[in-house]
Amino acid sequence: MTVSKRTGYFGKSIKRVEDPRLIKGIATYVDDLRLAGTLHTMILRSPYAHAKILSIQTGAAAALEGVVGVFTGTDINPNCGLLPCAAEAPDLKSPKHTVLANGRVYYVGHPVAVVVAADRYAARDALDLIEVDYDSLPVVSDPEKALQDGSPLTHPELGTNVAFTWSVASGDLDAEFAKADRIIKQRMVHQRLTPMAIEPRGCVASYNAGDGALTLWTSTQIPHLIRTLLPGMIGIPENRIRIVAPEVGGGFGSKLNLYVEEALCSHLSMRLKAPIKWIESRRENAMATIHGRDQVGEYEIAVKKNGTILAIRAKTIADIGSYLQLLTPAIPTLTGLMLPGCYKMNAIRMDVTGVYTHKMSTDAYRGAGRPEASYAIERIMDLVAADLGLDRIKLRLKHFPKPDKFPFHTASGLTYDSGNYRATLKKAQKLASWDTLLKRQAKERKSGKLFGVGVSTYVEICALGPSKMMAAGGWEWGCVRIEMSGKVTAITGVTPHGQGQETSFAQIVADHLGVPMEDIVVCRGDTSVAHYGRDTYGSRATALGGTALIMCIDKIVAKARQLAAHLLRAKVEDVVFRDGQFLVKGAPKTNIGWATLAQEAYLAKNLPANFEPGLEASSFFEPTNCTYPFGTHIVAVEVDRSTGEVKIRDYVAVDDCGHQVNPLLVEGQVQGGIAHSLGQALFERTVYDEEGQLLTGEFMDYPLPRAKDIPDYVMGSTVTPSPSNPMGIKGVGEAGTIGATPAIANAVMDALAPLGIRHLDLPLLPEKIWRAINDR
Amino acid sequence: MLLVHFLRDTCVLTGTHVGCETTLCGACTVLMEGKAVKSCTVLAVQADGSEITTIEGVAHNGDLHPLQQSFWECHALQCGYCTPGMILTGIDLLRNNPKPTREEIAHGLEGNLCRCTGYSHIIDAIESAAQKISKERQRA
Ligand code: FES
Ligand code: FES
Repeated sequence: MTVSKRTGYFGKSIKRVEDPRLIKGIATYVDDLRLAGTLHTMILRSPYAHAKILSIQTGAAAALEGVVGVFTGTDINPNCGLLPCAAEAPDLKSPKHTVLANGRVYYVGHPVAVVVAADRYAARDALDLIEVDYDSLPVVSDPEKALQDGSPLTHPELGTNVAFTWSVASGDLDAEFAKADRIIKQRMVHQRLTPMAIEPRGCVASYNAGDGALTLWTSTQIPHLIRTLLPGMIGIPENRIRIVAPEVGGGFGSKLNLYVEEALCSHLSMRLKAPIKWIESRRENAMATIHGRDQVGEYEIAVKKNGTILAIRAKTIADIGSYLQLLTPAIPTLTGLMLPGCYKMNAIRMDVTGVYTHKMSTDAYRGAGRPEASYAIERIMDLVAADLGLDRIKLRLKHFPKPDKFPFHTASGLTYDSGNYRATLKKAQKLASWDTLLKRQAKERKSGKLFGVGVSTYVEICALGPSKMMAAGGWEWGCVRIEMSGKVTAITGVTPHGQGQETSFAQIVADHLGVPMEDIVVCRGDTSVAHYGRDTYGSRATALGGTALIMCIDKIVAKARQLAAHLLRAKVEDVVFRDGQFLVKGAPKTNIGWATLAQEAYLAKNLPANFEPGLEASSFFEPTNCTYPFGTHIVAVEVDRSTGEVKIRDYVAVDDCGHQVNPLLVEGQVQGGIAHSLGQALFERTVYDEEGQLLTGEFMDYPLPRAKDIPDYVMGSTVTPSPSNPMGIKGVGEAGTIGATPAIANAVMDALAPLGIRHLDLPLLPEKIWRAINDR
Repeated sequence: MLLVHFLRDTCVLTGTHVGCETTLCGACTVLMEGKAVKSCTVLAVQADGSEITTIEGVAHNGDLHPLQQSFWECHALQCGYCTPGMILTGIDLLRNNPKPTREEIAHGLEGNLCRCTGYSHIIDAIESAAQKISKERQRA
């Protein structure tokens, strides 16, 4: 592979090509679509967490002017398949996940009926006229209580609240625990979170009866996976379904799903022969779009007096809510696999029990299982250091595998591709002026302040992943076409929704073809254009999607070389490709560029024998391994003794995501990720009461981080290329969210340490801290 | 009818976005008589006779407004959904305070949520736009 030196886009902070339409307000999000004859839907949702539906009266609603129809489960469910879950667990018990409630509701927000009307106002008014008679049933909303004898059952027909159990185990755990000088124990609650993309979900379905074909525009991260899964629900074959992810206003995993509304609108469009639109309200987004995290873990760590960590034993309860969404059972397994973090140890065991409760499903929210792991292991490192009176940095350094020990086999059975954990730690310490920072802390403490310094040295799993470990293929697809004009169209199977691959992929393609970026258009997100793909999640897009494009270019260059040789009357072996030109060895003036080659390739009047016209290639890239980005975050905080409020004073982030295509975009991903962490660490939490009522259904009750909450960052990076893909990219979409939460938590706990406070669960709300200070 | 629905559905100016309809996210921010307002809390009739500027009207004769330029240069947007509201809030902010500190900018963005960027680049962008505008003024 020759990469053009002349263009040199790779590694440059180039401003994004997608931005002009966004800053001018002329981009098209799903709610911006205006299809003639569109009917609007509103969904009536259950106000109860568990109830029997005795009756639904739709007459008055249906009679309202402008209303086209009102449908309930009885009308819809016999015509629609069940919502699928793609993840597996050996003993998984799944309730039947119908599109609308089937005589019973299992969470607040459960769709009960749908109104279709000429406009959204009529639909909204009609909702109020539907009368539902509920008989409320016993509710279980706490996963630990759900496991107790006599607990109400989420789905009585399953006979248990246990959805599945799963374990990861390796090494001789009992022997390691027997060797230990001490067993350190800690319980940690990983609170439930709401992803809250600023654009709620929404979709428009349009069925063309003539072709028997359906187009679904939906605010999703995964148009291709939806195209694979939707046929089973609505009875149209995959090759008559087109899914379009238009401009998508943020996902963070919450749009990595197939939702009932997507099937419902598709079905209604087929049934009513009209385009059907559904746009989620914020309240619906909070109650009926997946939540994240929600695990309770009991951790036991076997240690020697000198600090050597021998083994970790963990028991985790994962609250999965009332239904399985697309990947629900897979999320806590990622926690188990990543629990060892970047540390050597001899044995590990984590047992997960997935538990049904009367709440919205949990699934992949930014980090998806890994933030739980990084938080647990990084808290564990600090707890071990504190309990044994050791230095937390030395303790970490002692357990890092050295760079020459990679590929490194973890206690949980993963193979980390490459790493230099010491390097990021040292760099972060330098940027944080570590020694001065500790002196400053000592001074602040002396003056009576609660000043804490926290560190996290995290590792995560990205570029998911080899197909063997994925539910539905872990490859990625791409297609590159040199158009007749010499312009280039690059089509990717990944589906960016803010990450900027229209830019970073143009950089990659431009360099590899030796053409200006301006000549390249990157297409994504429409299954009729990007024929195949596995979409965007798990920080996979650039590493995998980018590589698929390079594979296409390799094929095109090989083909173009033959054509060039023919046109230049040279031997193929004598033709070299450099900086966008094919030249004859020893006669550099004899050359030919893409524009001429493309014209000849498509005019097809003067081609070598047996040469297929055109200059286009597509490729599937199947990675050999995942990638394992890592880094060190250092945070200094001050806790206000009188209010319990936490103020972040310093923030240093050093991340290693391998080679960076566009450092400006990497920085944006890291900063955005840290903001999610900041919310998780300090104030975000999704709350249901005992009755399963959602108390955090609006931004008022579920505050997101705001500009004033954000500290000034000092950011740095190191580069340890990944051997898992030819560009050496690791991925960075979730790094901030995985690395920052434990750093902030460790800093706050360090601030409170002089008061003898050992551990507080997140979020570290002022009230919780104030109580901890005052209840001593 | 809410002003935001009037703008989006009647005028088909869909650059003004809806993120909450409860005055909490700022995605629907527009300028009414030059002042930033959340168009999900203004009724269309209340705006009758007022001059409304939406994101579509911010660029002049095809030239990007300094705030638009800076948002682009500083990578102050990812998914872009909050961006129109951020830019219009930024315009109002700089009108009232042409040389804001970072803290003042953060304070001025109190009513605008972004879930993607983590705000740092947005603050950078407003800071850099302030410089651009003051340079332009000096030149004029
Ligand atoms: S839509 Fe108006 S503030 Fe959120
Ligand atoms: S850029 Fe996505 S919400 Fe701000």
